[in-house]
Amino acid sequence: MAVLPAERDLRRVIGDADGAGDREVDGLGEQELLELYRSLVLLRTYDERSVVYHRQGRIGTYAIFWNHEAMQAGVVHALDDEDWIFPSYRESAIGLLRGMPPATVLSWWRGHPAGWWNPDDYGVASICVPIATHVPHAAGFAWGKKLKGERACAVAFFGDGATSEGSFHEGANFAAVTGAPLILLCNNNQWAISTPLEAQTRAETLADKAIGYGMPGVRVDGTDVLAVYEAAREAVARARAGEGPTFIEAFSYRTAPHATADDQRAYIDLDRVEEERKRECVGRFGGYLRRAGILHDDLAESIRTEAAEAMRAGIAAAEAEPPADVSLLFEHAYVDPPASFDSDLEELRRTLG
Amino acid sequence: MAELSIVEAINDAFHVELARDPSVMVMGEDVGRAGGVFRATAGLRDKFGPDRCFDTPLAEAGILGGAVGLCMAGWRPVCEMQYDAFSYPCLDQLITHVGRYRWRTGGKMSFPLVIRMPYGGGVRAPELHDDSPETYYVHTPGVKVAIPSTPSDAKGLLSAAIRDPDPVVVLEPKLHYRTLRGDVPEGEHVVPLGKARLAREGDDVTLVAYGSMVPLCELAADALEGVSVEILDIRTLKPLDEDALLASAGKTGRVVIVQEAPRVCGFAAELAAILAEKAILDLRGPVLRVTGYDVPYPYWQIEDAYMPSVERVTAAVRKLLDF
Repeated sequence: MAVLPAERDLRRVIGDADGAGDREVDGLGEQELLELYRSLVLLRTYDERSVVYHRQGRIGTYAIFWNHEAMQAGVVHALDDEDWIFPSYRESAIGLLRGMPPATVLSWWRGHPAGWWNPDDYGVASICVPIATHVPHAAGFAWGKKLKGERACAVAFFGDGATSEGSFHEGANFAAVTGAPLILLCNNNQWAISTPLEAQTRAETLADKAIGYGMPGVRVDGTDVLAVYEAAREAVARARAGEGPTFIEAFSYRTAPHATADDQRAYIDLDRVEEERKRECVGRFGGYLRRAGILHDDLAESIRTEAAEAMRAGIAAAEAEPPADVSLLFEHAYVDPPASFDSDLEELRRTLG
Repeated sequence: MAELSIVEAINDAFHVELARDPSVMVMGEDVGRAGGVFRATAGLRDKFGPDRCFDTPLAEAGILGGAVGLCMAGWRPVCEMQYDAFSYPCLDQLITHVGRYRWRTGGKMSFPLVIRMPYGGGVRAPELHDDSPETYYVHTPGVKVAIPSTPSDAKGLLSAAIRDPDPVVVLEPKLHYRTLRGDVPEGEHVVPLGKARLAREGDDVTLVAYGSMVPLCELAADALEGVSVEILDIRTLKPLDEDALLASAGKTGRVVIVQEAPRVCGFAAELAAILAEKAILDLRGPVLRVTGYDVPYPYWQIEDAYMPSVERVTAAVRKLLDF
């Protein structure tokens, strides 16, 4: 198979960025479009409420994903239920799109064991905190499913900084060599905490990296949910047809601090941030739906209210979790724990009184 | 019973376990077409196919990270690291994911994978083919560690590791891959993890060792005329058979721990600490260590000076008897 040059132009469907008109995506009817919008609003509400909860001291340090909702929802909507998602911390709430209760994700950010979910229940792996080390997991999973003759594929989400990591390289290469049905979804928001893209790579585009692995490299406007959906759907089709992995560079701009513990005024041009915020992804898609006559004020309001209610119930449920018992220190480290755990726990309980 | 070398016993374990459980697979550098650089996986690719004995790209972190995902897809991968010191890139995956993933899912997902590798020196090899890295593995929560010293245990512990529901690291004494032969049960043979082996019974002093230091201790015991030496082969470093350690210390009252790895924070230090905490009144003298030195493993012209020797072990025993 000849390796084609990676794409350079950003794919777009929503026509407000470059003066081109709106396009339609084959197979997406009004219901599907509204479902996609609900997903965006749910993620946006989760994110905005989480920043508030953090300031109120109700959750711990939180990695903000404001303006990344489109690339998350666009990909998930292109998957089937059997396909697995391998998130980084930037996609912490992506399980909501698979029916995971907000309380579970909030518990994770509250450092409570109720945030330990079973990846099998949602097809969502645990949140990967170190950079790019989950890329080989996704590759191994996808290949393992292929070996079993199952049709599931996998998607790994990671950022622009992750492409500098050895684990990204090893995972991408492993997937290519094994023909694993994998989508490598690179969230290129152009910042790795304070390190700008130009200090991360001398590659002209991150999609160019795909050439070295012998896989297609695609570039999409990461704030255009329909463009992301369309690219992901193509990649899923390739994966299911046995044509191996695809690298998708979802291009965007990080318009919020890296996390609640970060003060980006030290390194970022705030005027640029303000410019980028004007074309944030939820509003762009809302505009598209309104131009198509699908969304109107009442419906938008009811979708927002529904999401806000879900979050209110979620934080209440997370805060209602009883304190975790100290036995959880030991309980899940092994299927078959060493004998010393018994005496350690006994001593701990004695000293705790 | 068949008389096999250690590497033949490992190969035998693979043939039995891959035939027994279709979810067991082997992956690593050169494990398939070549059958492994030591031929530990010889014949598996022909018998079970290239997917169940898979030649990976050269990427130790990728191998172990891929194995994590394979577990999630229902496989039981056995990863070969080609040499002890080539395993270091995989420590990233081991520490950040392999040892934590089950805990991270609240015990809902298991990661029944095995990492195995030849370890240790004395084979006149180039740099970084000689390390004893067991402490890095033992120190990592969530993983178990076994080190056989006989052909029978090499088969039995590897089989146990493959069947174990937790991640297990097996280090194999490459010095004795082909120098030691012994009886090995045919067919399925499992040596449970967490049980030490009394390699020799004695009354005056206990030599505690594992892996390639066990045969060395046997030579030292033979050289110690007039001394009744007990040799405890730890076999599984984690979970540790503390009862066997304390029983032997209680019986002889004198313990010398022999370890090839560098001294500081080596596994011998852990064993000595346990004896200090739990056997102090049984001891008739200090717990002594005979270990490698705290230096990079040397070039082979001077490696014999680094390695614990019969002379260093017997000197430690004499010192303890004279205490």
